[in-house]
Amino acid sequence: MSTATVTQKDGETIVYHLPDEPHHDEGSSTALGFWLYLMSDCLIFAILFAMFGVLGGNYAAGPSPKDLFDLKLVALNTAMLLFSSITYGFAMLAMAKDRIGAMQGWLAITGLFGLAFLGIELYEFHHLIEIGATPQRSAFLSSFFVLVGTHGLHVTFGLVWLVVLMVQVAKHGLIAANQRRLLCLSMFWHFLDVIWIGVFTFVYLLGMLR
Amino acid sequence: MPDVSHLAKLIFGRLTWDSIPIHEPILIATFAAVLLGGIGLLGALTYFRLWGYLWREWFTTVDHKKIGIMYMVLGIIMLLRGFADAVMMRLQQAMAFNGSEGYLNAHHYDQIFTAHGVIMIFFVAMPLVTGLMNYVVPLQIGARDVSFPFLNNFSFWMTTAGAALVMASLFIGEFAQTGWLAYPPLSGIQFSPGVGVDYYIWALQVAGVGTTLSGINLICTIVKMRAPGMGMMKMPVFTWTSLCTNVLIVATFPVLTAVLTLLTLDRYVGTNFFTNDLGGNPMMYVNLIWIWGHPEVYILILPAFGIFSEVVSTFSGKRLFGYTSMVYATVVITILSYLVWLHHFFTMGSGASVNSFFGITTMIISIPTGAKIFNWLFTMYRGRIRFELPMMWTLAFMLTFVIGGMTGVLLAVPPADFVLHNSLFLVAHFHNVIIGGVLYGLFAGIIFWWPKAFGFKLDEFWGKISFWFWVIGFWIAFMPLYVLGLMGVTRRMRVFDDPSLQIWFIIAGIGAAMVAVGILAFLIQIGVSIWRREELKETTGDPWNGRTLEWATSSPPPAYNFAFTPVIRDNDAWADMKKNHYQRPVEGFRDIHMPRNTPTGVILAGLSAVLGFAMIWYMWWLAALSFVAIIAVAIHHTFNYARDYYIPLDEVVATEEARTKLLSTARA
Repeated sequence: MSTATVTQKDGETIVYHLPDEPHHDEGSSTALGFWLYLMSDCLIFAILFAMFGVLGGNYAAGPSPKDLFDLKLVALNTAMLLFSSITYGFAMLAMAKDRIGAMQGWLAITGLFGLAFLGIELYEFHHLIEIGATPQRSAFLSSFFVLVGTHGLHVTFGLVWLVVLMVQVAKHGLIAANQRRLLCLSMFWHFLDVIWIGVFTFVYLLGMLR
Repeated sequence: MPDVSHLAKLIFGRLTWDSIPIHEPILIATFAAVLLGGIGLLGALTYFRLWGYLWREWFTTVDHKKIGIMYMVLGIIMLLRGFADAVMMRLQQAMAFNGSEGYLNAHHYDQIFTAHGVIMIFFVAMPLVTGLMNYVVPLQIGARDVSFPFLNNFSFWMTTAGAALVMASLFIGEFAQTGWLAYPPLSGIQFSPGVGVDYYIWALQVAGVGTTLSGINLICTIVKMRAPGMGMMKMPVFTWTSLCTNVLIVATFPVLTAVLTLLTLDRYVGTNFFTNDLGGNPMMYVNLIWIWGHPEVYILILPAFGIFSEVVSTFSGKRLFGYTSMVYATVVITILSYLVWLHHFFTMGSGASVNSFFGITTMIISIPTGAKIFNWLFTMYRGRIRFELPMMWTLAFMLTFVIGGMTGVLLAVPPADFVLHNSLFLVAHFHNVIIGGVLYGLFAGIIFWWPKAFGFKLDEFWGKISFWFWVIGFWIAFMPLYVLGLMGVTRRMRVFDDPSLQIWFIIAGIGAAMVAVGILAFLIQIGVSIWRREELKETTGDPWNGRTLEWATSSPPPAYNFAFTPVIRDNDAWADMKKNHYQRPVEGFRDIHMPRNTPTGVILAGLSAVLGFAMIWYMWWLAALSFVAIIAVAIHHTFNYARDYYIPLDEVVATEEARTKLLSTARA
């Protein structure tokens, strides 16, 4: 202990310095930082939901949800995303047991479910545009496409991230930095799930009731 | 030659030679001056071989102190631009009477009032506030750096990239002519088909990414990196206000990002969010942008409140009066700032009940703010007040801000607002609080922490000249606007019919000229101080008999801030150390773990500026290319796992021994 870190006062010993560097885990702020990022992202979705809430009934004499939405297709799509969340969970369990092969396998399956989700969504969009229900048609369709599309864009980025992480795990193994990244992506992936449940409920289900 | 023009359109999009405003002599003269100055600066940098130094030591740095200083430089440079706009407006309005059109055409004038607002808020006030927080907060909490040092560098360069886009609009194309918040349908593609609004959108989007990330970064830093012993209620007040400001940033900037994205889609894709037809609703834009915009002004003022708190207690030689109430007042303001946005458009027609709610919440904000004013006054009460420059700015703030606050409460009364909204009364009000609050706070902060950052004090004489010209100039410039506003003059007018109004605009112009002298004196103050830096040298690290931790280390602090992690027992940590005859440790050093510099931030921000520019001008190939490049560089960056290094023991010992020597000469 260095001598000058201590001052005496009324027999009380005052320590003004730690003689050794306190051990800050590398990336100890990452979880908090990533949570904050997710909350800021959540706000973006909140705005898009608010837009849909206000403009979602403005069909401008164009098609309404009942004319457009195919709930069976959306249910299938929802299932894809929810399954991908479960498989991501399995990947995390495999990571906890340090089984790289199993983890990579589950990540790959997660990616495939994500791709299936995106494929179905693109098919839906393509279909809507083909029958003339374009984002330009009405404020309802503008807010529908942008809310659902922003979610889809997030899934796309999640997939790119997933592939990058799989490469990095293959390269460096399950080192602390990679585990941290996988946990961040895990939060991101589940977050997108939560958002999708909101989309499914408020846009599709309530839209059909509207 | 249809083929050539087609090709040119493919490559350059909307950009043609006609986009260069050669028919505007003012712009051409400015461009020539900027060009000559720029060539001179670049030439000097090359001649003195400073490029390598700048690149290694500054541009790629992850040191929060250097990034803080770069933010300040950016803010001060942009202040000159924003103020030039202000002077041009004052001149135009003082001239355009009795049939005179003044010297600015409508196209140019409308760009100027838009650019003035955008620049002053986003590229002057924000960088200056962020710069001070960046510099001071880690020192005040005894940390080595921020939580995410690379992100910090990236955030700074994104802000700079946004500023660069605004500056580019001056010479290539045009800026928005919509006012600083670009309300649709005016800002929609139908009524603003040019590139002006697109410059606005992309500059703010690029800078907004930086601001949001920097907010996340500083929250994490304050929550996670405080020195042992510093509980939340032992944090210095500036750190507290910074925390609240950054919470507000993270809680509001995404709203701005979202609403600007929707406006972008309306303009680029033809969606109908804010259009008049096909179900769009322009008032949604106004609501959403003010859900960001109102907290934004608290983002700016809260750190200023923190600065005043530090300055008042330091220069009164006393502990801050009512620390706990100060913290709670800050938190209450943080929360309330989210509940008042509708007072910016009482005339929307939301009805008496809604207007009353927002009027009352607005008035309630004056209660915690008033509590703060009383806390500062009671801190001064029976203190040994030293009237140095930071304290002078603080006193000027208290006098000015109280008036501005009261006119604010007046505007919060919906019936009064129906009369005064969109008038010069409003313009006078918000300048009264932003100049009298934020800017005075920034000046106090700059002068207060300058010796910490550079190791010498700022010259007092020129500081006082600057102070008096600023303060008196401010009153002369803005009191006439209150009068004019009460008489019903609306804002953003280019020409006037009623000759009896002219005298007030001339008085306001004189005030603006005095403020110009104040700004000049501030620059001279910096120049003179650098020239006389040996005389003004500050060797103790504690030039003002400070009270918080940043004064415990040397001026300027070493890269690692503190050789040993300090232990905190009191909210005035350094005052407590001095009281107990603390001895600075001179042995037992260790090597120190630090983050490593990286050029990725500069590259990513540069590519983002290119992306923005390409989108503004419809150069789709370039936009796609730069977007792909951004993703590629970002992914490449994640493959770099070696992001830290150790400052070797020898270097730490050498630095600390130099300080020991300096301290002994200071005592002798």
